[in-house]
Amino acid sequence: MSVFSRTVAELAAGLKAKEFSSVELAKLYLDRIEASQPALNAFISVTRDAALAAAAAADRALAAGRAGPLTGVPIAHKDIFCTSGVRTTCGSRMLDNFVSPYDATVVTKLAVAGTVMLGKTNMDEFAMGSSNETSYFGPVKNPWNPQMVPGGSSGGSAAAVAARLAPAATATDTGGSIRQPAALCGVTGLKPTYGRVSRYGMIAFASSLDQGGVIAASAEDAALILNVMAGFDPSDSTSVDRPVPSYEQSLNAPLKGLRIGLLKEFFEKGLEEQTEKRIREALAVYEKLGAQLKEVSLPSLPLSVPTYYVVAPAECSSNLARFDGVRFGHRAENPKDLMDLYCRSRGEGFGAEVKRRIMTGTYVLSAGYYDAYYLQAQKVRQLINRDFERAFEEVDVLMGPTTPTPAFELGAKTSDPITMYLNDIYTIGANLAGLPGLSIPCGFVGGLPVGLQIVGPHFGEEKILNAAHLYQKETDWHRRMPEKFA
Amino acid sequence: MPLTREQIASIAHLARLELKETEIPVYQQSLSSILDFVGELNRAATAGVEPMAHPLSGLAQRLRPDAVTERDAHEQYQANAPKVEAGLYLVPKVIE
Repeated sequence: MSVFSRTVAELAAGLKAKEFSSVELAKLYLDRIEASQPALNAFISVTRDAALAAAAAADRALAAGRAGPLTGVPIAHKDIFCTSGVRTTCGSRMLDNFVSPYDATVVTKLAVAGTVMLGKTNMDEFAMGSSNETSYFGPVKNPWNPQMVPGGSSGGSAAAVAARLAPAATATDTGGSIRQPAALCGVTGLKPTYGRVSRYGMIAFASSLDQGGVIAASAEDAALILNVMAGFDPSDSTSVDRPVPSYEQSLNAPLKGLRIGLLKEFFEKGLEEQTEKRIREALAVYEKLGAQLKEVSLPSLPLSVPTYYVVAPAECSSNLARFDGVRFGHRAENPKDLMDLYCRSRGEGFGAEVKRRIMTGTYVLSAGYYDAYYLQAQKVRQLINRDFERAFEEVDVLMGPTTPTPAFELGAKTSDPITMYLNDIYTIGANLAGLPGLSIPCGFVGGLPVGLQIVGPHFGEEKILNAAHLYQKETDWHRRMPEKFA
Repeated sequence: MPLTREQIASIAHLARLELKETEIPVYQQSLSSILDFVGELNRAATAGVEPMAHPLSGLAQRLRPDAVTERDAHEQYQANAPKVEAGLYLVPKVIE
Protein backbone atom coordinates (compact mmCIF):
# COMPACT_ATOMS: atom_id res chain seq x y z
CA MET A 1 0.00 0.00 0.00
CA SER A 2 1.41 3.38 -1.01
CA VAL A 3 2.14 5.74 1.85
CA PHE A 4 -0.06 8.35 0.19
CA SER A 5 -3.19 6.24 0.29
CA ARG A 6 -2.92 6.01 4.08
CA THR A 7 -5.09 7.96 6.46
CA VAL A 8 -3.70 9.92 9.41
CA ALA A 9 -4.56 7.02 11.70
CA GLU A 10 -2.71 4.59 9.42
CA LEU A 11 0.32 6.87 9.09
CA ALA A 12 0.51 7.24 12.87
CA ALA A 13 0.40 3.45 13.20
CA GLY A 14 3.16 3.08 10.57
CA LEU A 15 5.34 5.56 12.45
CA LYS A 16 4.90 3.69 15.72
CA ALA A 17 5.63 0.36 13.98
CA LYS A 18 8.83 1.91 12.52
CA GLU A 19 7.71 1.23 8.94
CA PHE A 20 9.05 4.68 8.12
CA SER A 21 10.39 7.63 10.06
CA SER A 22 8.75 11.03 10.31
CA VAL A 23 11.65 12.56 8.37
CA GLU A 24 11.16 10.03 5.54
CA LEU A 25 7.45 10.75 5.52
CA ALA A 26 7.96 14.52 5.48
CA LYS A 27 10.40 14.25 2.55
CA LEU A 28 7.94 12.12 0.56
CA TYR A 29 5.16 14.64 1.04
CA LEU A 30 7.37 17.70 0.48
CA ASP A 31 8.59 16.26 -2.84
CA ARG A 32 5.03 15.45 -3.83
CA ILE A 33 3.90 19.01 -3.02
CA GLU A 34 6.71 20.52 -5.06
CA ALA A 35 6.03 18.25 -8.03
CA SER A 36 2.31 19.14 -7.94
CA GLN A 37 2.65 22.92 -7.72
CA PRO A 38 2.63 23.69 -11.49
CA ALA A 39 -0.52 21.59 -11.95
CA LEU A 40 -2.50 22.37 -8.78
CA ASN A 41 -1.03 25.48 -7.08
CA ALA A 42 -2.40 24.20 -3.76
CA PHE A 43 0.34 25.82 -1.65
CA ILE A 44 1.45 29.40 -1.13
CA SER A 45 4.52 28.50 0.97
CA VAL A 46 6.34 25.21 1.49
CA THR A 47 8.29 25.09 4.76
CA ARG A 48 10.79 22.34 4.00
CA ASP A 49 13.51 23.17 6.54
CA ALA A 50 11.09 23.70 9.43
CA ALA A 51 9.25 20.50 8.45
CA LEU A 52 12.42 18.41 8.46
CA ALA A 53 13.45 19.85 11.83
CA ALA A 54 10.00 19.15 13.33
CA ALA A 55 10.04 15.65 11.82
CA ALA A 56 13.47 14.94 13.36
CA ALA A 57 12.12 16.04 16.74
CA ALA A 58 9.09 13.77 16.24
CA ASP A 59 11.40 10.86 15.42
CA ARG A 60 13.26 11.45 18.70
CA ALA A 61 9.94 11.45 20.60
CA LEU A 62 8.89 8.25 18.82
CA ALA A 63 12.22 6.58 19.66
CA ALA A 64 11.95 7.66 23.30
CA GLY A 65 8.42 6.29 23.59
CA ARG A 66 7.00 9.80 24.15
CA ALA A 67 4.78 9.77 21.08
CA GLY A 68 1.14 10.87 21.14
CA PRO A 69 -1.54 9.83 18.64
CA LEU A 70 -0.40 12.35 16.00
CA THR A 71 3.37 12.52 16.62
CA GLY A 72 5.28 12.70 13.34
CA VAL A 73 2.21 13.00 11.11
CA PRO A 74 2.55 15.68 8.41
CA ILE A 75 -0.09 18.38 8.14
CA ALA A 76 -0.67 21.53 6.07
CA HIS A 77 -2.09 24.78 7.42
CA LYS A 78 -4.41 27.11 5.57
CA ASP A 79 -2.56 30.37 5.04
CA ILE A 80 -5.11 32.17 7.22
CA PHE A 81 -3.50 30.75 10.38
CA CYS A 82 -0.58 32.80 11.70
CA THR A 83 2.66 30.85 11.83
CA SER A 84 5.56 32.31 13.76
CA GLY A 85 8.50 33.25 11.54
CA VAL A 86 6.67 32.01 8.44
CA ARG A 87 5.01 34.22 5.83
CA THR A 88 1.25 34.34 6.43
CA THR A 89 -0.51 35.94 3.46
CA CYS A 90 -4.22 35.11 3.78
CA GLY A 91 -4.14 34.86 -0.01
CA SER A 92 -3.71 38.62 -0.34
CA ARG A 93 -1.23 41.06 -1.81
CA MET A 94 -1.91 43.07 1.37
CA LEU A 95 -0.01 40.47 3.44
CA ASP A 96 2.41 39.27 0.75
CA ASN A 97 5.33 40.36 2.93
CA PHE A 98 3.83 39.59 6.36
CA VAL A 99 5.85 37.28 8.60
CA SER A 100 3.78 36.48 11.64
CA PRO A 101 5.40 37.21 15.00
CA TYR A 102 3.32 34.50 16.70
CA ASP A 103 1.51 31.19 16.16
CA ALA A 104 -2.27 30.79 16.03
CA THR A 105 -3.52 28.66 18.94
CA VAL A 106 -4.51 25.91 16.48
CA VAL A 107 -0.98 25.88 15.05
CA THR A 108 0.56 25.74 18.53
CA LYS A 109 -1.72 22.90 19.63
CA LEU A 110 -1.00 20.83 16.54
CA ALA A 111 2.76 21.46 16.88
CA VAL A 112 2.71 20.45 20.55
CA ALA A 113 0.88 17.27 19.50
CA GLY A 114 3.89 16.47 17.31
CA THR A 115 2.43 17.10 13.85
CA VAL A 116 4.83 18.30 11.18
CA MET A 117 3.82 21.42 9.22
CA LEU A 118 4.61 20.97 5.51
CA GLY A 119 3.53 24.42 4.38
CA LYS A 120 0.70 26.91 3.98
CA THR A 121 -2.18 26.24 1.63
CA ASN A 122 -3.63 28.54 -0.99
CA MET A 123 -7.04 30.12 -0.37
CA ASP A 124 -9.45 32.76 -1.58
CA GLU A 125 -8.23 36.21 -0.55
CA PHE A 126 -9.12 36.76 3.12
CA ALA A 127 -11.33 33.65 2.79
CA MET A 128 -13.77 35.56 0.55
CA GLY A 129 -14.71 33.28 -2.30
CA SER A 130 -16.17 29.91 -3.21
CA SER A 131 -13.80 28.87 -5.98
CA ASN A 132 -10.26 29.85 -4.89
CA GLU A 133 -10.14 32.22 -7.84
CA THR A 134 -9.83 35.37 -5.69
CA SER A 135 -6.37 34.36 -4.38
CA TYR A 136 -3.59 36.86 -5.17
CA PHE A 137 -1.41 33.78 -5.72
CA GLY A 138 -3.56 32.37 -8.52
CA PRO A 139 -6.35 29.80 -8.53
CA VAL A 140 -6.03 26.26 -7.23
CA LYS A 141 -7.05 23.48 -9.64
CA ASN A 142 -9.30 20.59 -8.74
CA PRO A 143 -7.22 17.37 -8.64
CA TRP A 144 -10.14 15.41 -10.15
CA ASN A 145 -10.18 17.65 -13.22
CA PRO A 146 -7.84 20.65 -13.59
CA GLN A 147 -10.43 22.54 -15.68
CA MET A 148 -12.59 22.73 -12.56
CA VAL A 149 -12.39 24.82 -9.41
CA PRO A 150 -11.60 23.10 -6.09
CA GLY A 151 -14.16 25.25 -4.26
CA GLY A 152 -13.27 27.81 -1.64
CA SER A 153 -12.21 29.46 0.38
CA SER A 154 -10.16 26.50 1.73
CA GLY A 155 -9.53 25.28 -1.83
CA GLY A 156 -5.82 24.72 -1.28
CA SER A 157 -6.42 22.58 1.81
CA ALA A 158 -9.11 20.51 0.07
CA ALA A 159 -7.08 20.01 -3.13
CA ALA A 160 -3.99 19.14 -1.07
CA VAL A 161 -5.83 16.39 0.82
CA ALA A 162 -7.60 15.14 -2.33
CA ALA A 163 -4.25 14.77 -4.14
CA ARG A 164 -2.69 13.47 -0.89
CA LEU A 165 -0.09 16.24 -0.84
CA ALA A 166 -0.80 16.16 2.89
CA PRO A 167 -2.83 13.60 4.81
CA ALA A 168 -4.80 16.42 6.47
CA ALA A 169 -4.98 20.19 6.50
CA THR A 170 -6.45 22.89 8.69
CA ALA A 171 -9.16 25.06 7.17
CA THR A 172 -11.73 27.68 8.14
CA ASP A 173 -15.42 28.04 7.44
CA THR A 174 -17.36 31.32 7.48
CA GLY A 175 -20.15 30.39 5.05
CA GLY A 176 -19.10 26.95 3.83
CA SER A 177 -15.38 27.37 3.23
CA ILE A 178 -14.50 23.95 4.70
CA ARG A 179 -17.52 21.91 3.61
CA GLN A 180 -17.96 23.24 0.07
CA PRO A 181 -14.35 22.64 -1.11
CA ALA A 182 -14.32 19.29 0.74
CA ALA A 183 -17.41 18.30 -1.27
CA LEU A 184 -15.98 19.53 -4.58
CA CYS A 185 -12.66 17.72 -3.99
CA GLY A 186 -14.11 14.47 -2.60
CA VAL A 187 -12.67 14.69 0.93
CA THR A 188 -14.00 14.95 4.47
CA GLY A 189 -14.35 18.48 5.88
CA LEU A 190 -15.46 19.34 9.41
CA LYS A 191 -16.60 22.76 10.61
CA PRO A 192 -16.98 22.59 14.40
CA THR A 193 -19.48 24.51 16.56
CA TYR A 194 -18.78 28.24 16.84
CA GLY A 195 -16.52 28.66 19.89
CA ARG A 196 -15.25 25.05 19.88
CA VAL A 197 -11.90 25.85 18.20
CA SER A 198 -9.89 28.95 19.07
CA ARG A 199 -9.90 31.78 16.55
CA TYR A 200 -6.76 33.34 18.07
CA GLY A 201 -4.25 33.92 15.28
CA MET A 202 -6.79 32.98 12.61
CA ILE A 203 -7.03 36.13 10.48
CA ALA A 204 -10.55 37.47 10.99
CA PHE A 205 -13.09 37.81 8.18
CA ALA A 206 -16.52 37.76 9.91
CA SER A 207 -16.00 37.22 13.62
CA SER A 208 -19.49 35.95 14.50
CA LEU A 209 -19.30 33.29 11.75
CA ASP A 210 -15.62 32.27 11.38
CA GLN A 211 -14.69 28.86 12.74
CA GLY A 212 -11.52 26.80 12.29
CA GLY A 213 -11.72 23.14 11.43
CA VAL A 214 -10.09 20.39 9.44
CA ILE A 215 -10.06 18.70 6.06
CA ALA A 216 -8.92 15.08 6.03
CA ALA A 217 -9.42 11.83 4.15
CA SER A 218 -11.84 10.35 6.66
CA ALA A 219 -14.14 11.18 9.56
CA GLU A 220 -11.87 9.17 11.86
CA ASP A 221 -8.94 11.41 10.91
CA ALA A 222 -11.05 14.53 11.40
CA ALA A 223 -11.94 13.24 14.90
CA LEU A 224 -8.28 12.61 15.79
CA ILE A 225 -7.31 16.12 14.69
CA LEU A 226 -10.30 17.80 16.31
CA ASN A 227 -9.23 16.18 19.61
CA VAL A 228 -6.13 18.38 19.43
CA MET A 229 -7.60 21.55 17.86
CA ALA A 230 -10.63 21.92 20.14
CA GLY A 231 -10.70 23.47 23.57
CA PHE A 232 -10.90 26.61 25.60
CA ASP A 233 -8.47 29.43 24.83
CA PRO A 234 -8.34 32.50 27.06
CA SER A 235 -6.86 34.43 24.09
CA ASP A 236 -10.15 34.13 22.15
CA SER A 237 -13.00 35.98 23.84
CA THR A 238 -15.59 33.79 22.08
CA SER A 239 -13.91 30.49 22.93
CA VAL A 240 -16.29 28.28 24.91
CA ASP A 241 -15.05 26.80 28.18
CA ARG A 242 -16.40 23.30 27.94
CA PRO A 243 -14.67 19.91 28.19
CA VAL A 244 -13.44 18.31 24.96
CA PRO A 245 -14.54 14.69 24.56
CA SER A 246 -12.32 12.09 22.87
CA TYR A 247 -14.03 12.28 19.52
CA GLU A 248 -12.75 8.90 18.34
CA GLN A 249 -14.45 7.14 21.29
CA SER A 250 -17.95 7.55 19.93
CA LEU A 251 -17.18 6.89 16.24
CA ASN A 252 -18.63 3.38 16.29
CA ALA A 253 -21.81 3.99 18.29
CA PRO A 254 -24.63 2.15 16.46
CA LEU A 255 -26.93 4.34 14.36
CA LYS A 256 -30.05 2.29 15.00
CA GLY A 257 -32.88 4.70 15.74
CA LEU A 258 -30.88 7.79 14.70
CA ARG A 259 -33.39 10.40 13.58
CA ILE A 260 -32.15 12.05 10.40
CA GLY A 261 -33.90 15.21 9.26
CA LEU A 262 -33.99 15.87 5.54
CA LEU A 263 -34.17 19.58 4.92
CA LYS A 264 -37.08 20.08 2.57
CA GLU A 265 -35.62 23.41 1.42
CA PHE A 266 -32.39 21.67 0.33
CA PHE A 267 -34.15 19.33 -2.06
CA GLU A 268 -36.10 22.01 -3.87
CA LYS A 269 -35.24 23.89 -7.04
CA GLY A 270 -31.59 24.35 -7.94
CA LEU A 271 -30.37 20.92 -6.85
CA GLU A 272 -28.82 19.17 -9.86
CA GLU A 273 -30.58 15.90 -10.64
CA GLN A 274 -27.62 13.49 -10.55
CA THR A 275 -26.26 15.14 -7.40
CA GLU A 276 -29.62 14.55 -5.74
CA LYS A 277 -29.45 10.88 -6.79
CA ARG A 278 -26.07 10.43 -5.05
CA ILE A 279 -27.49 12.04 -1.90
CA ARG A 280 -30.58 9.78 -1.94
CA GLU A 281 -28.29 6.75 -2.36
CA ALA A 282 -26.28 7.82 0.69
CA LEU A 283 -29.47 8.26 2.69
CA ALA A 284 -30.45 4.71 1.75
CA VAL A 285 -27.20 3.50 3.35
CA TYR A 286 -28.26 5.22 6.58
CA GLU A 287 -31.65 3.55 6.42
CA LYS A 288 -29.88 0.21 6.05
CA LEU A 289 -27.90 1.10 9.20
CA GLY A 290 -31.16 1.51 11.09
CA ALA A 291 -31.61 5.28 10.95
CA GLN A 292 -35.02 6.88 10.38
CA LEU A 293 -35.47 9.56 7.75
CA LYS A 294 -37.88 12.37 8.33
CA GLU A 295 -38.56 15.46 6.26
CA VAL A 296 -38.24 18.71 8.18
CA SER A 297 -38.89 22.23 6.99
CA LEU A 298 -36.94 25.35 7.96
CA PRO A 299 -39.11 28.05 6.39
CA SER A 300 -36.64 30.91 6.97
CA LEU A 301 -33.66 29.00 5.55
CA PRO A 302 -34.09 30.29 1.97
CA LEU A 303 -33.17 33.73 3.40
CA SER A 304 -29.79 32.50 4.65
CA VAL A 305 -27.77 33.69 1.63
CA PRO A 306 -29.11 37.29 1.69
CA THR A 307 -28.71 37.34 5.49
CA TYR A 308 -25.11 36.22 5.17
CA TYR A 309 -24.35 38.80 2.47
CA VAL A 310 -25.30 41.57 4.88
CA VAL A 311 -23.78 40.18 8.10
CA ALA A 312 -20.50 38.87 6.66
CA PRO A 313 -19.58 41.99 4.64
CA ALA A 314 -20.52 44.21 7.61
CA GLU A 315 -18.16 42.31 9.91
CA CYS A 316 -15.52 42.15 7.17
CA SER A 317 -15.57 45.91 6.61
CA SER A 318 -14.92 46.38 10.31
CA ASN A 319 -12.26 43.65 10.65
CA LEU A 320 -10.33 44.68 7.57
CA ALA A 321 -10.10 48.30 8.75
CA ARG A 322 -6.90 47.21 10.53
CA PHE A 323 -5.05 47.02 7.20
CA ASP A 324 -4.02 50.65 6.99
CA GLY A 325 -0.52 50.51 5.51
CA VAL A 326 0.97 51.80 8.77
CA ARG A 327 1.83 48.93 11.10
CA PHE A 328 2.10 45.96 8.74
CA GLY A 329 1.08 44.88 5.28
CA HIS A 330 1.24 46.63 1.94
CA ARG A 331 2.02 50.36 1.79
CA ALA A 332 1.66 52.44 -1.38
CA GLU A 333 4.77 54.22 -2.74
CA ASN A 334 5.25 57.95 -2.03
CA PRO A 335 1.99 58.80 -0.27
CA LYS A 336 1.27 62.52 -0.43
CA ASP A 337 -0.58 62.58 2.89
CA LEU A 338 -2.07 60.18 5.44
CA MET A 339 -5.40 59.87 3.60
CA ASP A 340 -3.59 59.06 0.38
CA LEU A 341 -1.51 56.46 2.26
CA TYR A 342 -4.63 54.72 3.60
CA CYS A 343 -6.64 54.82 0.40
CA ARG A 344 -3.94 53.79 -2.04
CA SER A 345 -2.43 51.11 0.26
CA ARG A 346 -5.87 49.52 0.63
CA GLY A 347 -6.88 50.10 -3.00
CA GLU A 348 -3.68 48.37 -4.19
CA GLY A 349 -3.43 45.74 -1.45
CA PHE A 350 -6.95 44.30 -1.70
CA GLY A 351 -8.33 42.41 -4.69
CA ALA A 352 -11.67 43.02 -6.41
CA GLU A 353 -13.87 40.68 -4.35
CA VAL A 354 -12.46 41.86 -1.00
CA LYS A 355 -13.09 45.49 -2.02
CA ARG A 356 -16.62 44.56 -3.09
CA ARG A 357 -17.34 43.05 0.32
CA ILE A 358 -15.74 45.89 2.25
CA MET A 359 -17.88 48.38 0.32
CA THR A 360 -21.06 46.31 0.73
CA GLY A 361 -20.37 46.16 4.47
CA THR A 362 -19.59 49.85 4.67
CA TYR A 363 -22.86 50.64 2.94
CA VAL A 364 -25.10 48.42 5.10
CA LEU A 365 -23.53 49.84 8.27
CA SER A 366 -23.70 53.47 7.19
CA ALA A 367 -26.06 56.04 8.70
CA GLY A 368 -29.57 55.69 7.34
CA TYR A 369 -29.11 52.10 6.11
CA TYR A 370 -28.11 50.30 9.32
CA ASP A 371 -31.68 49.47 10.44
CA ALA A 372 -32.95 48.51 7.00
CA TYR A 373 -30.08 46.16 6.21
CA TYR A 374 -27.88 45.19 9.16
CA LEU A 375 -30.44 45.12 11.97
CA GLN A 376 -32.99 43.41 9.73
CA ALA A 377 -30.39 40.76 8.75
CA GLN A 378 -29.64 40.11 12.42
CA LYS A 379 -33.35 39.57 13.03
CA VAL A 380 -33.68 37.17 10.12
CA ARG A 381 -30.58 35.41 11.46
CA GLN A 382 -32.52 34.85 14.67
CA LEU A 383 -35.45 33.39 12.69
CA ILE A 384 -33.11 30.95 10.94
CA ASN A 385 -31.53 30.06 14.29
CA ARG A 386 -34.95 29.30 15.79
CA ASP A 387 -35.83 27.15 12.77
CA PHE A 388 -32.76 25.03 13.49
CA GLU A 389 -33.60 24.85 17.23
CA ARG A 390 -37.08 23.58 16.41
CA ALA A 391 -35.72 21.04 13.93
CA PHE A 392 -33.33 19.61 16.54
CA GLU A 393 -36.26 19.00 18.87
CA GLU A 394 -37.50 16.46 16.31
CA VAL A 395 -34.31 14.99 14.84
CA ASP A 396 -30.73 14.20 15.93
CA VAL A 397 -28.91 15.36 12.80
CA LEU A 398 -29.82 17.07 9.53
CA MET A 399 -28.64 15.75 6.18
CA GLY A 400 -28.65 17.00 2.63
CA PRO A 401 -26.35 17.98 -0.20
CA THR A 402 -23.32 20.16 0.58
CA THR A 403 -23.56 21.94 -2.78
CA PRO A 404 -26.22 22.15 -5.51
CA THR A 405 -23.83 20.85 -8.22
CA PRO A 406 -20.39 19.23 -8.45
CA ALA A 407 -17.34 21.41 -9.19
CA PHE A 408 -17.83 24.04 -11.90
CA GLU A 409 -15.35 25.28 -14.49
CA LEU A 410 -12.70 27.86 -13.69
CA GLY A 411 -13.98 31.27 -14.75
CA ALA A 412 -17.61 30.13 -15.02
CA LYS A 413 -18.92 32.28 -12.16
CA THR A 414 -16.35 35.05 -11.77
CA SER A 415 -18.32 37.70 -13.64
CA ASP A 416 -21.48 37.51 -11.52
CA PRO A 417 -20.97 37.67 -7.74
CA ILE A 418 -24.54 36.55 -6.94
CA THR A 419 -24.18 33.31 -8.95
CA MET A 420 -20.95 32.63 -7.04
CA TYR A 421 -22.59 33.44 -3.69
CA LEU A 422 -25.42 30.97 -4.36
CA ASN A 423 -22.92 28.12 -4.36
CA ASP A 424 -23.00 28.32 -0.55
CA ILE A 425 -26.79 28.09 -0.34
CA TYR A 426 -26.74 24.83 1.65
CA THR A 427 -23.79 25.60 3.92
CA ILE A 428 -24.43 29.15 5.19
CA GLY A 429 -27.27 28.22 7.56
CA ALA A 430 -24.93 26.30 9.89
CA ASN A 431 -22.65 29.34 10.18
CA LEU A 432 -25.49 31.73 10.95
CA ALA A 433 -26.68 29.44 13.76
CA GLY A 434 -23.13 28.45 14.85
CA LEU A 435 -23.78 24.73 14.30
CA PRO A 436 -21.23 21.99 13.56
CA GLY A 437 -21.37 20.55 10.06
CA LEU A 438 -19.34 18.26 7.89
CA SER A 439 -19.18 17.06 4.32
CA ILE A 440 -18.23 13.54 3.26
CA PRO A 441 -17.81 12.14 -0.25
CA CYS A 442 -20.79 10.04 -1.38
CA GLY A 443 -20.20 9.30 -5.05
CA PHE A 444 -19.50 10.97 -8.38
CA VAL A 445 -21.26 12.80 -11.17
CA GLY A 446 -19.34 12.96 -14.46
CA GLY A 447 -16.09 12.01 -12.71
CA LEU A 448 -16.50 14.76 -10.10
CA PRO A 449 -17.15 14.10 -6.39
CA VAL A 450 -20.42 14.83 -4.61
CA GLY A 451 -20.60 15.73 -0.91
CA LEU A 452 -23.18 14.70 1.67
CA GLN A 453 -23.62 17.31 4.38
CA ILE A 454 -24.39 16.38 8.00
CA VAL A 455 -25.29 19.15 10.44
CA GLY A 456 -25.66 18.63 14.19
CA PRO A 457 -26.90 20.64 17.15
CA HIS A 458 -24.45 22.86 19.08
CA PHE A 459 -21.49 20.76 20.31
CA GLY A 460 -22.87 17.75 18.44
CA GLU A 461 -19.50 16.96 16.78
CA GLU A 462 -19.46 13.45 18.26
CA LYS A 463 -22.78 12.54 16.68
CA ILE A 464 -22.01 13.88 13.20
CA LEU A 465 -18.53 12.29 13.18
CA ASN A 466 -20.10 9.02 14.34
CA ALA A 467 -22.65 9.15 11.51
CA ALA A 468 -19.94 10.02 8.96
CA HIS A 469 -17.58 7.28 10.18
CA LEU A 470 -20.16 4.51 10.00
CA TYR A 471 -21.08 5.58 6.47
CA GLN A 472 -17.39 5.40 5.56
CA LYS A 473 -17.22 1.87 6.96
CA GLU A 474 -20.01 0.89 4.54
CA THR A 475 -18.63 2.69 1.48
CA ASP A 476 -15.25 3.43 -0.08
CA TRP A 477 -15.88 6.84 -1.71
CA HIS A 478 -13.47 8.43 0.78
CA ARG A 479 -10.76 5.97 -0.35
CA ARG A 480 -10.98 7.01 -4.01
CA MET A 481 -8.10 9.08 -5.27
CA PRO A 482 -7.84 11.11 -8.51
CA GLU A 483 -6.08 8.96 -11.13
CA LYS A 484 -3.11 11.29 -11.60
CA PHE A 485 -2.42 11.27 -7.87
CA ALA A 486 -3.26 7.67 -6.98
CA MET B 1 -32.46 51.43 -7.65
CA PRO B 2 -28.91 51.37 -9.05
CA LEU B 3 -26.22 53.17 -7.08
CA THR B 4 -24.78 56.29 -8.70
CA ARG B 5 -21.10 56.98 -9.41
CA GLU B 6 -21.17 59.51 -6.58
CA GLN B 7 -22.56 56.95 -4.13
CA ILE B 8 -19.81 54.46 -5.03
CA ALA B 9 -17.19 57.18 -4.63
CA SER B 10 -18.61 58.10 -1.24
CA ILE B 11 -18.72 54.47 -0.01
CA ALA B 12 -15.15 53.94 -1.24
CA HIS B 13 -14.05 57.05 0.61
CA LEU B 14 -15.73 55.90 3.85
CA ALA B 15 -13.97 52.54 3.42
CA ARG B 16 -10.65 54.28 2.63
CA LEU B 17 -10.33 52.53 -0.71
CA GLU B 18 -8.96 54.29 -3.76
CA LEU B 19 -10.72 53.03 -6.86
CA LYS B 20 -9.52 53.37 -10.43
CA GLU B 21 -11.95 55.12 -12.81
CA THR B 22 -12.55 51.82 -14.56
CA GLU B 23 -13.51 50.09 -11.29
CA ILE B 24 -16.36 52.48 -10.49
CA PRO B 25 -18.90 51.21 -13.09
CA VAL B 26 -18.03 47.60 -12.14
CA TYR B 27 -18.90 48.24 -8.50
CA GLN B 28 -21.94 50.34 -9.43
CA GLN B 29 -23.31 47.31 -11.21
CA SER B 30 -22.32 44.60 -8.71
CA LEU B 31 -23.14 46.49 -5.50
CA SER B 32 -26.53 47.45 -6.93
CA SER B 33 -27.33 43.83 -7.73
CA ILE B 34 -26.12 42.69 -4.27
CA LEU B 35 -28.31 45.30 -2.56
CA ASP B 36 -31.25 44.19 -4.70
CA PHE B 37 -30.57 40.60 -3.73
CA VAL B 38 -30.34 41.27 0.03
CA GLY B 39 -33.37 43.56 -0.21
CA GLU B 40 -35.38 40.34 -0.11
CA LEU B 41 -34.81 40.40 3.67
CA ASN B 42 -37.30 43.24 4.00
CA ARG B 43 -40.10 40.84 3.15
CA ALA B 44 -39.43 38.74 6.29
CA ALA B 45 -41.79 39.34 9.21
CA THR B 46 -39.43 40.32 12.01
CA ALA B 47 -41.58 42.47 14.31
CA GLY B 48 -40.61 41.75 17.90
CA VAL B 49 -37.70 39.47 16.92
CA GLU B 50 -34.54 39.92 18.99
CA PRO B 51 -31.58 40.64 16.66
CA MET B 52 -28.91 37.92 16.81
CA ALA B 53 -25.36 39.24 16.93
CA HIS B 54 -23.52 35.96 17.53
CA PRO B 55 -24.36 32.27 17.98
CA LEU B 56 -23.37 31.93 21.64
CA SER B 57 -26.78 32.67 23.05
CA GLY B 58 -26.82 33.08 26.81
CA LEU B 59 -23.06 33.51 26.99
CA ALA B 60 -21.72 36.89 27.98
CA GLN B 61 -18.31 38.13 26.95
CA ARG B 62 -15.71 37.13 29.51
CA LEU B 63 -13.72 39.68 31.44
CA ARG B 64 -10.16 39.07 32.56
CA PRO B 65 -8.28 40.58 35.49
CA ASP B 66 -6.78 43.96 34.63
CA ALA B 67 -3.22 42.70 34.80
CA VAL B 68 -0.28 43.08 32.41
CA THR B 69 0.18 39.76 30.61
CA GLU B 70 1.98 40.83 27.45
CA ARG B 71 5.74 41.13 27.22
CA ASP B 72 7.25 44.02 25.27
CA ALA B 73 7.77 42.71 21.75
CA HIS B 74 7.65 45.96 19.81
CA GLU B 75 10.82 45.24 17.86
CA GLN B 76 9.44 41.93 16.69
CA TYR B 77 6.10 43.50 15.74
CA GLN B 78 7.70 46.48 14.05
CA ALA B 79 9.80 44.17 11.87
CA ASN B 80 6.63 43.95 9.73
CA ALA B 81 6.09 47.72 9.54
CA PRO B 82 6.73 49.52 6.25
CA LYS B 83 8.52 52.42 7.98
CA VAL B 84 9.84 52.66 11.54
CA GLU B 85 12.25 55.01 13.22
CA ALA B 86 13.35 54.97 16.89
CA GLY B 87 10.54 52.56 17.76
CA LEU B 88 7.90 54.77 16.13
CA TYR B 89 5.73 54.04 13.07
CA LEU B 90 6.35 56.67 10.41
CA VAL B 91 3.54 58.18 8.32
CA PRO B 92 3.40 61.31 6.13
CA LYS B 93 3.27 64.56 8.09
CA VAL B 94 -0.21 65.02 9.61
CA ILE B 95 0.12 68.51 11.15
CA GLU B 96 1.93 71.23 9.21
